[in-house]
Amino acid sequence: MANTERAASPGLNRRALLTAGIVAGSSLAISSGSATADTISQQVPWAPGEANNPAPVATGGYQFFTQDEVAWVDAVVSRLIPKDELGPGARELGVTVFIDRQLAGAYGRAERWYMGGPWAKGTETQGYQSRMAPAQLYRAAIKAVDGYCRNGFGGKAFVDLGAEQQDKVLGDLEEGKAKLEQVDGKAFFKQLLLNTQEGFFADPLYGGNKNMAAWKMIGFPGARYDYRDFVSKHGQRYPLPPVSLYGRPHWTPKG
Amino acid sequence: MATKLPPVDALLVGFGWTGALLGQELSDAGLNVLALERGGWRDTTTDFATTFIQDELRYYYRHALFQEPARETLSFRNSRSETALPMRQLGSFLPGTGVGGAGIHWNGQNWRFLPSDFLARSHNTDRYGAAAIPQDMTIQDWGVTYDDLEPYFDKWEYLCGISGKAGNIKGQIQPGGNPFEGPRTREYPNPPMEMTYGPTLFAQAANDVGLKPFPAPSANMSRAYTNPLGVQLGPCTYCGFCEKFGCGNYSKASPQTTILPVLLRKKNFALKTECEVIKINLDSDRKRAVSVTYVDTQGEEYEQPADLIVLSAFVLHNVHLLLLSGIGTPYDPSTGAGTLGKNYAYQIVSSVDVFYDDKILNPFIGAGALGMVVDEFNGDNFDHSNLGFLGGGYIACWNTNGRPIETHLVPDGTPKWGAKWKRAVVRDYLRSMSVATHGAVMSHRGNYLDLDPTYRDFLGRPLMRMTFDYTDNEHRMSDFLTGKAEQIARAMKPREIRSNPRKGHYDITPYQTTHNTGGAIMGSNPRDSVLNRYLQHWDVSNLFVMGSSTFPQNPGYNPTGTVAALALWSAQAIRTQYLKNPGPLVQA
Repeated sequence: MANTERAASPGLNRRALLTAGIVAGSSLAISSGSATADTISQQVPWAPGEANNPAPVATGGYQFFTQDEVAWVDAVVSRLIPKDELGPGARELGVTVFIDRQLAGAYGRAERWYMGGPWAKGTETQGYQSRMAPAQLYRAAIKAVDGYCRNGFGGKAFVDLGAEQQDKVLGDLEEGKAKLEQVDGKAFFKQLLLNTQEGFFADPLYGGNKNMAAWKMIGFPGARYDYRDFVSKHGQRYPLPPVSLYGRPHWTPKG
Repeated sequence: MATKLPPVDALLVGFGWTGALLGQELSDAGLNVLALERGGWRDTTTDFATTFIQDELRYYYRHALFQEPARETLSFRNSRSETALPMRQLGSFLPGTGVGGAGIHWNGQNWRFLPSDFLARSHNTDRYGAAAIPQDMTIQDWGVTYDDLEPYFDKWEYLCGISGKAGNIKGQIQPGGNPFEGPRTREYPNPPMEMTYGPTLFAQAANDVGLKPFPAPSANMSRAYTNPLGVQLGPCTYCGFCEKFGCGNYSKASPQTTILPVLLRKKNFALKTECEVIKINLDSDRKRAVSVTYVDTQGEEYEQPADLIVLSAFVLHNVHLLLLSGIGTPYDPSTGAGTLGKNYAYQIVSSVDVFYDDKILNPFIGAGALGMVVDEFNGDNFDHSNLGFLGGGYIACWNTNGRPIETHLVPDGTPKWGAKWKRAVVRDYLRSMSVATHGAVMSHRGNYLDLDPTYRDFLGRPLMRMTFDYTDNEHRMSDFLTGKAEQIARAMKPREIRSNPRKGHYDITPYQTTHNTGGAIMGSNPRDSVLNRYLQHWDVSNLFVMGSSTFPQNPGYNPTGTVAALALWSAQAIRTQYLKNPGPLVQA
C-alpha cells in the first residue's frame, strides 16, 4: 500500500487520536494553522459526540468598545436600522453588543485576511487595502467621524447631533464626500453597514437579533431544517415561528 | 533538507472533487494512491450537522469553510497598466480548502456544456466567418468533443444522483427538458426537485413569452438515492443552506457523500491532510516529474516521489503550482507566446429582481440547485449575426435561499439604510425573488495569470497575479441577457421589477461566482495549450492537471459537471492507455 508511515490504525478513533495529539481535527472556527498533519487510511474518521458547535458570545459588559464608543455605535446603528412602528431597530436588538464581540475576536484582528505589505490605495475594484484590521479601523474611524462632526457642526460630536444631521453625516460617508483623518470614510461606512445588518439578522447566539425579533419582522423561520411539507403550498404563509440554533426562549423553563 | 519518503504509484495534489474521482479510478486500477490535502478532514456529522450548519454569519460572512487569504491569496488588477494588489479578503469567488474542497460548499447546479462550446473557435468560424472573432479574443477548441465526454457526463450524473429532466435522449427531444442540450444516453437518475412558487411563476411567464423552461439539473436529491458505489444520499429538505455551507442531510452530492466512504476504506489508498505541496520536482531533462515537495503544519518539508502526479486542486492552485515549479513557458500577453497562465476567464452575471404585492413566495424554502431555467440564449443556441458578441448564458429563477443577511431585495430607488430601507425589507422579504443571468466569458489576450513580483504568501512563495477585466464582448452579451430577463420578469406581472445589469470593470469585491477558469488549458497542440486532450501535460507526460484550469474559455454554465466529466475521461485514458505504455498519449 501507499506510504503511510503515520497511518492511524483502523481501530483507533478520532477522540483517541486527539488525546494522543496526533490529530488536531478540523477546527473550523479557528485558524487551521494550528492543526497537525494526519494520515487517513482504511477508515473513515469519525467519533461519537464530536461536533464543531458554535460558541455563543459571552454575556456581561463590553469587551472592546469604551463607554464613549458604545454611545457612538448605539447612535449610528439607530440611524442605520431605526426603531419604528414595524418593530425594534438595530440598537434595541443588541447590534452594538454584536459588533463589540466581533471586534474583540478573530474578525476584529483580521485573522483570516491577508495583511502583508506593501500597502497602496489601489482602485475600487481591488477591494480593501487598509493596513488596519477591523478593530483598529473602528477605533480610528469613530474618532475621525467625531472630528469631522466637530468641524462641521459647531464643535458637536456625532452623538450630540440631531437625527437629520446624523443622517447627513452618514450619507456623506456613504458617498465618499466626508473626508476623514487617517481613514477611508466610504470603506468604513460600507463595513459598518454590513456589520449592522449582520448583527440585526444573524443568529441571536452572536449577540444581536434579540429574541429573533428581526426574523419575526420579516417572516424568516430561522434555523429550521426541513420544509418538505411546505414546498408545494404556494402562496401560503409559513405557520411556524422562528427558531435559533439554541432553540426558542420558551423552551427553557423559567425559574 | 526535505525528508525523502518511499515512493507511491500515483500522487494526487488536492483532495476535492477531482482528487476523489481520480483517487477512486486509479485505486480501482490497482495503483497505490496517496492524496495530499492542504486543509483538514471534514465529515457531515462533525462539521455540517443540522444542529448548527444553518449559520449564515459563521459560514458565509466569516468564511468558516473557505480558503484563508492570510495563508494564501492572489494579487489582482484589471489591466497590465495597473499595479496588482493582494486580495486581502475573499469576495468575488470563494475557493474551498480541506477535504472535499469547494465540493462541500457548492450549490449543486450541475450542467453539461453544449456540443458547440467545445468547438468555440471552429464552430463560430464556420457559422459566422473568421472575422466574427475579434483579433484579441483568444478562444480555442478544446481538443475534446461533447461526444467524447458523453459517457463520462453520464457516469458522473449517476454517481451524484443528479435530479433533472432530460431534454434530448439519443437525439429525441423530450418534453419538459432542455431542448438545447447535447444528446444523452438516458434520463437523469432522479426526477426533478419539487418546485417552489417563485420558479413556478417564472416558468409560466417564460412559457408565455414563447420560451421553453425546464427544471435545473440539481445535485440536491429529489428523493433518497443509492449511487453505483453503494453510497446513500438522503432526500433534500429544502432548508435553504446550500452554497457556502456543507449539507447536514447527506442530500447534496459532495466527495464525502458519494465517493469517500468507499475510497477511504481501500487498502491501496491513503490521504494526508494539512500537507501543503509547494513544488513539483522534475528530473534533469525536465521531461518527467519525479516527486513533490510538501510542508506539514510543523514546517517540516518532505519529498514524496511518485510515478504519476495529478494536480487536483482548485483551478487557481493548479496554475500557481505549475508557475512556482517552473513547468512550462509562462504566457506573455505582449507577444502571445507561452501557454502557462494563458486564457484566464470567469463568468459575468446580472439579475432582475421581481416584487409582488399579492404573492407570498417564502424564499427561505429553497435549495442550491432548485430552479427553472431557459437556455434559448446560451452558447450558440441563437443566431449571433449582427449582435456584436459571441457566447451567451442561461436565464434562471433559482430559489437557493432566503438567508436574511444576504437576501433582502428592495426596489429601485430605496436607500441602502434607514427607515425607508427597513420598511422595504419588511414589506418585500416574503414577496420578492430574482431572475438571474449567468453568462460566458470568452478568453482574451490581456486576461492571464502569472507570478506577482512583490507579494508573498505565508510560506514565502510569490502570490499568483490575476490580470482580468470584462471586454466589450462580455458587456454586450450580458446586456442582451439582462434585457431578455427583464422581458420574462415583466411577464410575471409583478408590482415592479429592478434590473441589476453588470456595468463597468470586473470588481473583485462583491460575490459573483466561484467559476474561475483557464491558465493551464487543454488543446490540440503544445503551441496553444498546456495540456493535451487527455489533460496530460505536453512537456511532462507523467503529469496530469484536472479542474477548470483546463478550460480554454468559460462557457455559460456552472463548470462542475464538465470538470468532473473531464476528470473521468482523463482517468479512463490513464487506465486504458497510459498505464500500459507510459508516455505522451498524443504526439506533439
